[in-house]
Amino acid sequence: MSRRGKLSIIIVAGFLTISLLAPVLPLEDPYRIDLDSIKRPPGLEHPFGTDNKGRDILARVVYGGKISIGVAVTAAFISALIGFGVGLVSGYYGGVFDSVVMTVVDFFLSFPSLLLAIAISIVLPPGIYTVMIALSAVGWTSFARLIRGHVLTVKEMPFVDAARTTGCSDFRILLRHIAPLCIPLALVLMGIKLGGYILTEATLSFLGLGAQPPTPTWGYMVSANRAYILSAPWMVLYPGLAISITAFCFNVLGEALRERYDFSSDIH
Amino acid sequence: MLLVPLMFAITLFAFFLLKALPGDPVLGLVGERADPETMESMRRELGTDKGFVGQYAGYLKLLLKGDLGRSYYTNRDVLADISRKFPNTMLLAFAAMLVTVPLGTGLGFLSAVSAGGRSRFLERLIDTLSISGLSIPVFWSAIIIMMLFSLKLKLLPPSGTGGIRFLVLPAAVLAIPAAATLARVTKTTVLEILRMPYVTTARSKGLSALRVQLVHVLRNAVIPIVTIIGLDFGSYLNGAVVTETIFGWDGIGKFTMEGIIKRDYPVIMGCIITGTLVFVVVNLITDVIYHYLDPRIRLNVKKG
Repeated sequence: MSRRGKLSIIIVAGFLTISLLAPVLPLEDPYRIDLDSIKRPPGLEHPFGTDNKGRDILARVVYGGKISIGVAVTAAFISALIGFGVGLVSGYYGGVFDSVVMTVVDFFLSFPSLLLAIAISIVLPPGIYTVMIALSAVGWTSFARLIRGHVLTVKEMPFVDAARTTGCSDFRILLRHIAPLCIPLALVLMGIKLGGYILTEATLSFLGLGAQPPTPTWGYMVSANRAYILSAPWMVLYPGLAISITAFCFNVLGEALRERYDFSSDIH
Repeated sequence: MLLVPLMFAITLFAFFLLKALPGDPVLGLVGERADPETMESMRRELGTDKGFVGQYAGYLKLLLKGDLGRSYYTNRDVLADISRKFPNTMLLAFAAMLVTVPLGTGLGFLSAVSAGGRSRFLERLIDTLSISGLSIPVFWSAIIIMMLFSLKLKLLPPSGTGGIRFLVLPAAVLAIPAAATLARVTKTTVLEILRMPYVTTARSKGLSALRVQLVHVLRNAVIPIVTIIGLDFGSYLNGAVVTETIFGWDGIGKFTMEGIIKRDYPVIMGCIITGTLVFVVVNLITDVIYHYLDPRIRLNVKKG
């Protein structure tokens, strides 16, 4: 993997570790309202400043990272799981099921994904689980398509015939002989897609469809604080930077994975 | 071909959404103390006694007549509002495209061409720029750009709908991620073409590098690039929701967002159906352009 790819893994892993360790780090309580110190600019006491309710922005960005990265990674994992299952069955059995599934996949892949995610988010009550469901519902398709394509080549290999001759059931062949060969592929695609998940999660939160206040998420912080952009720009600057840097690192990682495993650029 | 099942799926989804909402419309209309007979005749009149399939058929019939219902809040006809706001969104999208296409293809082309050169600095710089463009959330860049150019420098109005002065900032914001995507696609396409035998032939017969790049490479890159520009139109629709809201641009995106905030379901569904239609039509246009640009496909059409 390229040097940039490795560096981005280290940065993202660092972000994740800090977010997960947040409760034991010497941070302020991200929920504590302190009306004596509202809109303090960044300084020694509050490295990222405070917001209009006197809450420490650094603490809120760190705690928000746990939710934002956590939701994105979980959603990517669920997408991979659904797409993996659908792709396996679709590629192995083919036929009508395959045609129907691939039509659905084509539809999802070409439709403006944010509109779809919004439509799903408004039916369900807002919150992190809704965001996960919306992201997964939009995201599983590219996994399904990739895995299906791979299954189509793998199932023609001699060892599958050999397994069948020894009397393995379809289920066993799929699970024990074909699926293990597809797992690395799904993991690589997950790495490629994570940057996009971070951004969509942030956008849904920005629109107020994600975790509800006072829970800190990066997207919602930008949205709620944007009225103070002139008097306290740090309130908007730092959460936005957190999103951008995280998404950037994931995207560089994705690029590195793409080059390393020779993925064509047409997998959106 | 995809149009019919696509619209069917979207309307079915819209209908499920409206059905999933709590509350009985008949009860809401007649009040809680109405006698069962009145409610029964009301149900017959409104068609809510017809069961799911019957109701869906009625809904489709209304849709075909262009009736998207009325907003819960303003009681205005949703279709009338959408047709008034639609040109604004298209104007914004085309303004963004005007920035995106030269910027994206230009940067992508430069990056690909400099990839084979001695110094790979330019390639690295453009690649970093394009990944950044994809990583910065639109809602954030919109706010930052608005702060810089309208609030601090006071060069352009921060929000509103109108002439070119109002158009510049939202179009620029919308163009950033689109140009980044286009630059990456252009780069991969051009790199692939540079490996083609006919490029080697062109070089070996002594053509200048510039001529090879412009005549032999760029012309062949146009086809896949046009396809991507069309396919990527969805990203304008995605971006418009956020961009229009922040810049107060009176288009479909802002309308969608207002609908979401107020849970104004007829408005939301109207916007989603419009978005789908636009998307389908743009894909169709892209297909036509694609066929026109690629003589091989054109020939096939004539034959068959």
